Amino acid sequence: MLQVRNAGCERDERLLFEDLSFSLSPGELLQVVGGNGSGKSTLLRVLLGLYTECYGDIDWALDRPPLYLGHRLGIKQSLTVIENLRWFGVLREEAVNETRIEEAVYKLGLSGFEDSLCSHLSEGQRKRVALGQFLIIDNPCWVMDEPFSAIDADGLSFLMAILQEHLDVNGGIIISTHQPITIDRPINTLALQ
Amino acid sequence: MNLFIASVQRDLLVHFRHPSEVLNPLVFFIVVISLFPLGIGPEPGQLKEIAPGIVWVAALLATLMSMDSMFRSDFEDGSLEQIVLSEQSTFIFVLAKVVSHWLLSGLPLVLLMPLAALLLFLDEAGVWALTLSLLLVSPTLSLLGGIGAALTVGLPRGGLLVTILVMPLYVPVLVLATAMVQAAEAGSETTGYVYWLLAILLGSVCLAPIATAAAVNVATDQ
Repeated sequence: MLQVRNAGCERDERLLFEDLSFSLSPGELLQVVGGNGSGKSTLLRVLLGLYTECYGDIDWALDRPPLYLGHRLGIKQSLTVIENLRWFGVLREEAVNETRIEEAVYKLGLSGFEDSLCSHLSEGQRKRVALGQFLIIDNPCWVMDEPFSAIDADGLSFLMAILQEHLDVNGGIIISTHQPITIDRPINTLALQ
Repeated sequence: MNLFIASVQRDLLVHFRHPSEVLNPLVFFIVVISLFPLGIGPEPGQLKEIAPGIVWVAALLATLMSMDSMFRSDFEDGSLEQIVLSEQSTFIFVLAKVVSHWLLSGLPLVLLMPLAALLLFLDEAGVWALTLSLLLVSPTLSLLGGIGAALTVGLPRGGLLVTILVMPLYVPVLVLATAMVQAAEAGSETTGYVYWLLAILLGSVCLAPIATAAAVNVATDQ
């Protein structure tokens, strides 16, 4: 679903990466690793077309843009959990039914917080809300930038489970993280210097 | 269309929960207007003469105050990049932002206008002309201001820069609007001014969101 050839990127006159070639097929998970400042987030943004000062061929074979969890979570502090989840549905032009949203809230461990403003939630809970988009929207490809930060142990095992589920239905995942990913699937690793 | 309605609803809800951003410019508007009779003196004749100018300048400044925040929170919390990524029309989203900005800052100013005019001893013809001119012009102000707001949203403090960018665009409408009120007070025909202001409004509706959408794409490209 993704083919990258000779991609390179400079930022503030510093070379982040060059001549990167890799691909992502359905059912594959690509883990991007590298130290702080090595350009993991920038690579993901380049792939999504959110950062365009780069070169190389990036070809997506998808009928719609992938779902993306970035450093900026894309949720509004002054909206409730439910309202934020509905907004994700609007953005992707998907009619998300309310049962699916309720289910997602339950799975995310946010039961009882449905109508709490996101400004009253903890950092980890807000991250869970942003992760909710992966539960309520069907999309073949997920791009996640540091999804495990601020997430507790329960959340971690839940996340591993949904990653596994997504790969089982032939979805593709690109993830940048320092954490080991514990799923029983081969993991492709892309290391940035 | 779905995005348009949902986006306007979302903005109204957010500002309804945190109304200070909406109320500050309105309070500012009333305070500025009420200071003039204190500073210049309460003679109705003198105040009436300069009233259109005062009201218009106060309305412009109040609008500019609220301009900087049009896209800022969406940029900072990542909503803006999600919009750009989702391949939904940025044009529609930007138009929705402008509409909700007008509903929250332009429309309340129009409603406050009769009160402001009363403070400055404007007669009935003047009040009507003033309210009508603001009704015609305030959407244009939101549309043009959106360009400046989107261009500066990536900067940490864009407030003053928005003013400098947008002020020159506001000058023609300011000139026409005050001329219209003065004409109405003098009892002469104002239809020509109305047509001019409408023409500028329609031109802005067609063109400003294109520029704003382009600026939003530039702002998220980092």
